[in-house]
Amino acid sequence: MKTQGKVFKYPDNVDTDVIIPARYLNTPDAKELALHCMEDIDADFVKKVQEGDVMVAGWNFGCGSSREHAPLVIKTCKVGCVIAKSFARIFYRNAINIGLPILECEEAAEEIMAGDEIKVDFDTGIIYNITTEKTYKAQPFPPFIQNIIKSGGLLKSLKEGENDA
Amino acid sequence: MGMTMTQKILAAHAGLENVVAGQLINAKLDIVLGNDITTPVAINEFKKAGFDTVFDKDKVVIVLDHFVPNKDIKAAEQSKTCREFACSHCVSHFYDVGKMGIEHALLPEQGIVTAGDCIIGADSHTCTYGALGAFSTGVGSTDMAAGMATGIAWFKVPSAIKFNLTGKLAPNCSGKDVILTIIGMIGVDGALYKSMEFTGDGVRGLSMDDRLCICNMAIEAGAKNGIFPVDDITMKYLNGRSKRTPKIFEADADAEYEKVIEIDLTKIVPTVACPHLPENTHPTSELHDIKIDQVVIGSCTNGRLEDMEAAYNILNGKKIADGIRCIIIPGTMEILRECVERGWYTAFIDAGAVVSTPTCGPCLGGYMGILASGERCIATTNRNFVGRMGHVDSEVYLASPHTAAASALTGYITEYKED
Ligand code: SF4
Repeated sequence: MKTQGKVFKYPDNVDTDVIIPARYLNTPDAKELALHCMEDIDADFVKKVQEGDVMVAGWNFGCGSSREHAPLVIKTCKVGCVIAKSFARIFYRNAINIGLPILECEEAAEEIMAGDEIKVDFDTGIIYNITTEKTYKAQPFPPFIQNIIKSGGLLKSLKEGENDA
Repeated sequence: MGMTMTQKILAAHAGLENVVAGQLINAKLDIVLGNDITTPVAINEFKKAGFDTVFDKDKVVIVLDHFVPNKDIKAAEQSKTCREFACSHCVSHFYDVGKMGIEHALLPEQGIVTAGDCIIGADSHTCTYGALGAFSTGVGSTDMAAGMATGIAWFKVPSAIKFNLTGKLAPNCSGKDVILTIIGMIGVDGALYKSMEFTGDGVRGLSMDDRLCICNMAIEAGAKNGIFPVDDITMKYLNGRSKRTPKIFEADADAEYEKVIEIDLTKIVPTVACPHLPENTHPTSELHDIKIDQVVIGSCTNGRLEDMEAAYNILNGKKIADGIRCIIIPGTMEILRECVERGWYTAFIDAGAVVSTPTCGPCLGGYMGILASGERCIATTNRNFVGRMGHVDSEVYLASPHTAAASALTGYITEYKED
């Protein structure tokens, strides 16, 4: 899996309440929810984001609630990948389970700037900043998790019997 | 090498002699939980994947608590989806209006969760049940769907931070002040991916409601779970309540911890977390000029009987300050009933508060106390993120029931001092 796009940059501790405010959670419809993605800290995000764009953030991205709606709205906005210094654990788990590519890389998250054009190879963990011509390497996932992602999410991997830890 | 209490419970549920931090395991689940927001997404995934039965109808728990009695048509549709699923799968623990409570107050109270359990819930505050000596953690809806279908979940075995508690809390402090102090100390990602294991002599002096409150907010430090050892207080609480036999796990003497943090409970002071992160804590005594508009006493953190009692003791016979809206939300129907029986309900009304049936309501900015721009609320809830209780320009201050009730009487953030 690869993606290429423009960077939207966010700070530390971006929480699930700003990724998708709870006031909208009276529907499970991802398309409807996605209209409000990041609304409380970046009102224009939904208007500006294009397929393949990348979110780059600081520490503890996705902290707060367990709502799977959070990675789901990001995926529904067609974001190609989220890169952060670290992810909150439930968000991390949910992203894997629903098949939203995420990478942890402190250096990349520090240096890549808003508006940079970057290319991400999710399988190898290679992040290339086209704007600055700099390459970064993120930790690839352990094989167990790669299997979940390759099968297209947790439930599909269960059906295929690949979920043997 | 020895194992922590969490690691022991995980090993037992994975059918392994030994596990180590970082190891990926599949563990058997005793309870799989969901609520009216996360369950509809899980049901969708469950159906899409082609599953047609739940692994055990007695181990799936669905609680309608976030937006019920339904706040609008869409919320009503979500409840209906849950209701129909629970009915068609004969889910025995389905809690609808009239029986429901806020899930993390309800499950321990009803004896659905017990010591030694391995529990997942599609709600981040599922970590609450660690207070009973269980491994319990929040997950997303897909995990819930997989858990409902198979009774199994994958985990990465966590490393741990040990909190050695000593001494005894001052009478105007409670579990809330302890956990806010800890989060202020280690930060909102201070325990990321780890378990927070609470031990030491000080545990004895903490009531079950204090422990439930402390474990409830483990997630606010990024933790996978929080856990207390099982002692007399736990057994007394579980006795006659627990639907299954409690199992006692203890950390090995040579268990490995990433860090040991000493917490002297005698030094804890009333503490408030200021906007917009739970780690932004200050002693309540330093915040006395902050004017508030609303007070909320309730939620899965502080909607239990002792919290209601603290509010009653402070509000009884007094009047809530002019211009302050004070909203009190008992966590479960049983707690609400106790408030009525003991005359607390009347005392709350006489003081000028409103009392709601159990609901998450304002805690997540759902309904029942949404803030307008520029408004401030002191709440006994667990999150004060931007927009959490309403308008993006509103503010939430997190505090104990003592502090919240005392603030309701003055209209400013106020430290409670016993007369
Ligand atoms: S009371 Fe608040 S934190 Fe607790 S389950 Fe409800 S919404 Fe979540």
